[in-house]
Amino acid sequence: MSQLQYFLALVAGGLCTAGLALSFATPLETGLLLKAFLAVGAFSLIRLWVPLGLWLDGAMAVLGAVAVLTALGVYVPAPAFFWMALISAWLFAWLFVERLSRALAPATRDNAGLGLLIPIVFGVTILVVWEVVTRGANVPQVILPPPSMIWARITSSVPTLLADFQQTFLKAVLIGYALGCGLGFVVAILIDRSPFFKSGLLPLGNFVSALPIVGVAPIMVMWFGFDWQSKAAVVVIMTFFPMLVNTVAGLNAASSIERDLMRTYAASYWQTLLKLRLPAAAPFIFNALKINSTLALIGAIVAEFFGTPIVGMGFRISTEVGRMNVDMVWAEIAVAAVAGSLFYGVITLIERGVTFWHPSVRGA
Amino acid sequence: MNKAFPIIIVLIGLLIVWYAAAIGMNAQWQNDVYRRAGTTDVPMTQFVQDTWNQEKPVLPTMHQVMGELWNTTVLVAPNKPRSLLFHAWVTFSATALGFLMGSVLGIALAVLIVHSEAMNRSLMPWIVASQTIPILALAPLIVVIGFNIFTGTLGIPTDPARLMSKAIISAYLSFFPVAVGMVKGLRSPEAIQLDLMHTYNASPSQTFWKLRWPASVPYLFTSLKVGVAASLVGAIVGELPTGAVAGLGARLLAGSYYSQTVQIWSALFAASILAAILVISVGLVEKLVARQMGARPA
Repeated sequence: MSQLQYFLALVAGGLCTAGLALSFATPLETGLLLKAFLAVGAFSLIRLWVPLGLWLDGAMAVLGAVAVLTALGVYVPAPAFFWMALISAWLFAWLFVERLSRALAPATRDNAGLGLLIPIVFGVTILVVWEVVTRGANVPQVILPPPSMIWARITSSVPTLLADFQQTFLKAVLIGYALGCGLGFVVAILIDRSPFFKSGLLPLGNFVSALPIVGVAPIMVMWFGFDWQSKAAVVVIMTFFPMLVNTVAGLNAASSIERDLMRTYAASYWQTLLKLRLPAAAPFIFNALKINSTLALIGAIVAEFFGTPIVGMGFRISTEVGRMNVDMVWAEIAVAAVAGSLFYGVITLIERGVTFWHPSVRGA
Repeated sequence: MNKAFPIIIVLIGLLIVWYAAAIGMNAQWQNDVYRRAGTTDVPMTQFVQDTWNQEKPVLPTMHQVMGELWNTTVLVAPNKPRSLLFHAWVTFSATALGFLMGSVLGIALAVLIVHSEAMNRSLMPWIVASQTIPILALAPLIVVIGFNIFTGTLGIPTDPARLMSKAIISAYLSFFPVAVGMVKGLRSPEAIQLDLMHTYNASPSQTFWKLRWPASVPYLFTSLKVGVAASLVGAIVGELPTGAVAGLGARLLAGSYYSQTVQIWSALFAASILAAILVISVGLVEKLVARQMGARPA
């Protein structure tokens, strides 16, 4: 074990020992699981003499998380040894991740499943700490509601969330995304034939991508009304330029030797475009599709801050913040996060299928 | 000159389309005005003139927007809330503070990720995932709650509190490009260069300051340019939710409440000009730093 790992193990074990000693002050029968965890944690200090496997540390982290979660609300207010248990459970998780990644480092390829475990451990740790700290320390739920409360809100208001999702994602985002990306693609192919337009439009396209385009939202709301059409229009404008710039760059990606080959085959413009240049442009196009998937959702939600019918994710977020219903806001954000990640994931999957020949896909 | 020519032609084309569209989009309102006034047989030139100079047009024309920009910057003292410079300054200060925080956070994360395999494996997927989440949706939450915490619990006066809560959103948006770019940059030294440092018996901190850090500077500036543009978007969106009275975003919102289209467009132009200035100044700093580090002009 490295120096850092020794240090982590010592602090975790030491905290458990101190916590165990402090916990004798409370009646024995309360918080049994928590005390059991502290005892086992203190016992883990025998690793100074007997080496312990890394999976034992993982088990300790899980045990600690469960113990701390079940002990929530047993003691009011939470005593010092409760927080010590939380910190040492976290340290065990850290130690586990540290040792696991050290063990994985030489053989990255064939351990994809274990490699996935590390970010999951990190995410679960964050959730557990969030839950325990907000409930254990009685953080006002206006500032930060615990995850369990957000989850309860999600399950209890499915119809509202579904209606908002339909309004914002299925209508505004998907339609605007398809239109904006399609338009960018078609315009790119058109201007690709003219070097003059290319050199005129590309610098502008690059410049526009640095501009705060979400600002056009109030104008679009004025032009296209309060319903989803105005949001889709904002999404079209936001997604158009990344698609244009990337497609034009991608169409130039085929090397001249490959184009010469197409010429020797007497291929027509369209044959060259369909069989050589578009496939070569695919990685660039998918890059734009991925960038746009995030931009589209942002554009639609922000546009709703400027006026909507009484449905939609952005509308719900801005009104519920005003009413201090913070758990509902977090529920919407969770839905948006899942929708955004799935959207991104689907595009990545399609990319893997379409550009299977590209080094970045083959290597992974 | 050769490079600028096509751009100018395209810009002129856009301008013509703009003015033509303004005639079409403002025509209906103009016809209503004529009907109410009882005027008939308006000559075509008069009609076109009028559509280009309405007070609350559907599509304001270029000269109206420029006139509004001129009126609200040059003709008004910059410390008055009527002045666009005042609003631009408010937005700029939040952008700059957020950009600073985001860049420092991004660089710190990148240093951690490059030096610790566990950090790399646990943080990197989440940093990437955090970008598929529409973070701007958090903006109203952060602004309102953050403002309440800053003024209530911490007892900060309202103006700095408002600035801080906007800067947090800016920081959140700008840390990602910096973190990803810096991870790439800090890893850009090749194995042979790292081996050379090894043969010099260089300590990890020496390797960092003398090899990794200088090697990452080009990557740093590329991502700083993306980050500063993202910061500005964050600051503007941070001004949209309840409570903001100053800033370009508040100006957009007020314009949309009172259908002041010329005001919306001028705020939009001001935001674009601010974005251009920010990106160009990062580019200038990049050139200065490159010269300091002994790079030859390309």
